[in-house]
Amino acid sequence: MNFFHFLLQNHDQVLELTLEHLWLVGVSTLLAVLIGIPLGILSAHWPVWNKPVLGAANIIQTIPSLALFGFLLPVPWLGDRADRLAILALTLYALLPVIRNTYTGIRGVDPAVVEAGRGMGLTESQLLFQVELPLSLSVILSGVRVAVVVSVGLATIAAAIGAGGLGEFIFRGLAMVNNQLILAGAIPAAVLALSADFGLGWLEKRLRPPR
Amino acid sequence: MEHNLPDDPVIEFRNVAYVLPNGQPLLSGLNLQVQRGETLVLLGRSGSGKTTTLKLVNRLLTPSSGDVWVNGAPTANCDVIRLRRSIGYVIQEAGLFPHFTVERNIGLVPRIEGWPAERIHLRVEELLQLVGLEPQIASRYPHQLSGGQRQRVGVARALAVDPAILLMDEPFGALDVLTRDQLQREFLSLQQRLNKTVLFVTHDLREALRLGSRIALMEAGRLVTVLPPQDFLRSSDPLAAACVEAFGAGLDSATNRGTS
Repeated sequence: MNFFHFLLQNHDQVLELTLEHLWLVGVSTLLAVLIGIPLGILSAHWPVWNKPVLGAANIIQTIPSLALFGFLLPVPWLGDRADRLAILALTLYALLPVIRNTYTGIRGVDPAVVEAGRGMGLTESQLLFQVELPLSLSVILSGVRVAVVVSVGLATIAAAIGAGGLGEFIFRGLAMVNNQLILAGAIPAAVLALSADFGLGWLEKRLRPPR
Repeated sequence: MEHNLPDDPVIEFRNVAYVLPNGQPLLSGLNLQVQRGETLVLLGRSGSGKTTTLKLVNRLLTPSSGDVWVNGAPTANCDVIRLRRSIGYVIQEAGLFPHFTVERNIGLVPRIEGWPAERIHLRVEELLQLVGLEPQIASRYPHQLSGGQRQRVGVARALAVDPAILLMDEPFGALDVLTRDQLQREFLSLQQRLNKTVLFVTHDLREALRLGSRIALMEAGRLVTVLPPQDFLRSSDPLAAACVEAFGAGLDSATNRGTS
């Protein structure tokens, strides 16, 4: 039980790195939601935007993460602080699932319900906020869930550019060929990912519209 | 110009055509007047242009040429949101919002019109009673209701801000025979009390004969003829006669089965 011994002995540092990790994931997810949902709405309502928006998000997704961290390093202001850079990169990766699910969710709302609302005299923004978004909320949330789970894993790589987080243990462990150190980073990260998955999954079920 | 005479048309189509963006005409040369307080039924098979005609009234569709007049003004000049809120709209399967309770569904237009909560609540109760539903149903969700109940809620919702005009697009089409019969009967008694101007779409001749004060027969995007129900049965128009024939044939063959 050396591993738990290690966790107990270094609980301060484990906690600190976990909080750093949560900070990276939390801020980047928030940004991805703030940017991705409007972009998803845009591409669902104006089909001309659909291809460029989803295409761009897709391309970003194909860039290897370590390369993206490296590319962004020389950018002024961003490169000054590693966590800024890590947050930007994580945000970019989280965009695709958020945009795609917002698009799918809104396109999936029963057209008869939308037309009934329009025929009753709801304005386009009333339709969006009172009908389309509430009815697609669970689909959007499942996109956020995917984004969070992916980000928790991806954020471990941010340690490579010195942004902190649980990846620190992993990289240190790799360098020192110390399995306990690697596990001290990997296991809390896995626990974070699983609990986010479970929590958001629960919320998603609660918000699913009755039918 | 005469205005507000009893026979002043509430809805008027003046040489209206509607063509899809791909050039396919759905409706052409439509001239039709709907008088105050009457139930005009648009009858025809699917694809004949009935629903298109209906949606031109509340500008869910815009005419490609010609004008639709509502309450003595061309709809092209109206504020489209105001226009729609002044017209009740009922569709098949009711189109209720699945995430709203019955009360919120019915009270939606009053709420966005800024009515105080207490007034909305009273109005919802009144409307539920009007369409023959128990007040307890107000807190239920649409998926917890039967098809007939949903359709009643759809009618109540359309009546919420007491519009003078109702557009009904096959409102009873998805119901079983008995429920449909009951709702048709209730529609008639409701209409006697409320005296709305109703434009009603159906493909069911029996429904048209029962509910309509006049029947407008449509085929392939054109208006064939407009007749009161009694005259429709005796019409010499080949298409109207064919409808009556087909309707009668169904009954005849049912009665004669096993006897010959």
